[in-house]
Amino acid sequence: MSTEDNSNRFSEVSRKFGITPEDYMLPARHMINLLNPDGSLRSDAEQGTEPGHEYPLPSPARLLEAYEALVVGRRVNDQNSALVRQGRMAVYPSSHGQEACQVAAALCLEDGDWLFPTYRDTVAVLTKGVAPMEVMTSFRGEWHCGYDPKAYNCAPMSTPLTTQLLHAVGVAHAAKLRGEQTVVVAMCGDGATSEGDFHEALNFAAVFKLPVIFFVQNNKYAISVPLAHQSAAPSLAHKAVGYGMAGERVDGNDLMALMAVMGRAVRLAREGSGPLLIEAHTYRMQAHTNADDDKRYREDSEVAEWVGKDPVIRMRAYLDDAGLLDEKVQGKITAHAEAVASTLRDGMNEEADTDPLQLFAHVYSEPTAQLREQRELLADELAREEA
Amino acid sequence: MSTAATSELNPNVSKATASAAAQAAKANQPVTFGKALNTALADALTVDESVVIFGEDVGTLGGVFRITDGLTDRFGSERCFDTPLAESGIVGMAVGMAMNRMRPVIEMQFDAFAYPAFEQIASHVAKMRNRTQGRLPLPMVIRIPYAGGVGGVEHHCDSSEAYYAHTPGLKVFTPSSVADAYLMLREAIDSPDPVVFFEPKKLYWSKEAVDLAQLAQDYEARRTPGSEGKARIARAGSDATLITYGPSVSTALEAASLAAEEGLSLEVVDVRSIVPFDDETVGASVRKTGRAVVIAEAQGFASVASEIVARVQERCFHSLAAPVLRVTGMDIPYPAPTLEKFHLPSAERILDAVDQLQWEA
Repeated sequence: MSTEDNSNRFSEVSRKFGITPEDYMLPARHMINLLNPDGSLRSDAEQGTEPGHEYPLPSPARLLEAYEALVVGRRVNDQNSALVRQGRMAVYPSSHGQEACQVAAALCLEDGDWLFPTYRDTVAVLTKGVAPMEVMTSFRGEWHCGYDPKAYNCAPMSTPLTTQLLHAVGVAHAAKLRGEQTVVVAMCGDGATSEGDFHEALNFAAVFKLPVIFFVQNNKYAISVPLAHQSAAPSLAHKAVGYGMAGERVDGNDLMALMAVMGRAVRLAREGSGPLLIEAHTYRMQAHTNADDDKRYREDSEVAEWVGKDPVIRMRAYLDDAGLLDEKVQGKITAHAEAVASTLRDGMNEEADTDPLQLFAHVYSEPTAQLREQRELLADELAREEA
Repeated sequence: MSTAATSELNPNVSKATASAAAQAAKANQPVTFGKALNTALADALTVDESVVIFGEDVGTLGGVFRITDGLTDRFGSERCFDTPLAESGIVGMAVGMAMNRMRPVIEMQFDAFAYPAFEQIASHVAKMRNRTQGRLPLPMVIRIPYAGGVGGVEHHCDSSEAYYAHTPGLKVFTPSSVADAYLMLREAIDSPDPVVFFEPKKLYWSKEAVDLAQLAQDYEARRTPGSEGKARIARAGSDATLITYGPSVSTALEAASLAAEEGLSLEVVDVRSIVPFDDETVGASVRKTGRAVVIAEAQGFASVASEIVARVQERCFHSLAAPVLRVTGMDIPYPAPTLEKFHLPSAERILDAVDQLQWEA
């Protein structure tokens, strides 16, 4: 590292937008919000944009692609919750209500780019292209991660909070050292911003000027604890300026705004502007998991209020009004969603079939002598059971 | 099991380093343990362009123990660089770099300063290969200067190997000779598995006549036997076995010399590779001598020494003439410098334990 003057680090990008480095790093005064809850387009004055924080509307084709993923995502969430209720799956942390965030996080990336999801980001992982039953391997209790992260450029869904943000930083750093143009989206929730690794990851990314987009889904609760108990910052996006990176707030139930904000963030990161922190305001409509009782910590009226801000209804209304969604297209999208749901149901009905002796296969590149002994012990037990 | 015998050899090794090593040491000149480590790092950077070194003060300064001395100058600040002062960040970033085709070799400045990184090590470094059914191996080395005997202040002298040895998925190496310092670090870097590499601080300045250039040539030609999972007989003997590793090997050798003056022949086994553990060499020695003492600086309760005692009695019960004893650090937090000599295993304390091995029976 050279000892370059930090005050000059952002001069180039802020000059590009004709604003000061501080105004580039601080989030816009209002969160970016392009669509009203009824699907109508907000006026320029209402969109929250300002000089240097401008967000052109995504193309109709791009919006339709995102809407299809949104509909599939909602169907997947509801199908998986049903499978849990039927006792066919142990646990499922649903992102019902947050699907617009999920879709935008994955769709803003190009093929060579990496996604770092959490346990609640099933829909983002599916949107990144991972096969449905490979995503569900962990939730059906077969193995911890069922897909090949390198085949999809999608890290395992992280159960510990924010540890994966540092892995995202490492993937971006390795790519940068090799001169590759890889962008990485690293996902976490509002509660996770209290973790030490959140700080270390943002700081490392900023110091090494890496193309990482830290994407925080602020769904207002960390299980039961509300945001006010996590942070006294003006907003989570404001934390960016403390690290010397750009922050922005976006309506996390407005798919159009998310596509615009994440799309621009990816472009800036790929151009070498360094990392960004995007805070999406959304709401977890269901309990933390099926094991949680959300009536103990929030009012029904609060949940009801967010029903009116639903991302799927909002996007559909916009596309309908804009004449982009006829019955034929909607029918095709619904059929796609039903096909994925059917794949999940069929997959869950099949018996899990994992060889217990595989337990020793992947601890090291080769099992140690001790593991070979323990493998034999288990093999003997299994043979006796069969006899 | 040597690394050379595994199926996932480091595919990146291409160039030879004999010339680099030759600059570092002339044949059979005394070389320090620290220089051997430094040379191993330089040679790994030379032959494998995926190797990157980072940590706190490892760049311009060359590390607080100078183990990375000169590497930034020689290989550039993209191959050996300083990070912000954050251990979890260092390990977590290394995980991501290993996910993306690099081989990070990172330095934790001192044993006790590695604790902030423990979650990354226990939850990810150790588990990523298994989590992904072998699809995402993490070849990386975490170097940890450890143990005491150097008058260090609090948090600078811990023997923390048990935490890592207890965690499946990690390999744990600790050399005690200059040649092993070079060879085992090369082997750790080439390993397809993550290795926690414990360097006994008190040995950094110890010297032996070793031809590093020859070692480098032999290693790269795969002529050296692997040390992974292989204990080393540091001194042959016939009456009792002292099983030890890292900083305690020299103490055990001193005890064996003193015992020899009394006519007692002690064999000293240097474990070297705590994980994977060499039951064969350790067991063969104990079966030969019939008596054993396990020696380590770490606190003895629930320790690597405890594990070795358990394994020896499970495998050698009928050859034993006496219970297997331990000489370890006391079960106290590491003491202040003027008191550490009361805590650490000494040759005298080892010989007292040997005396108790039921010689009358």
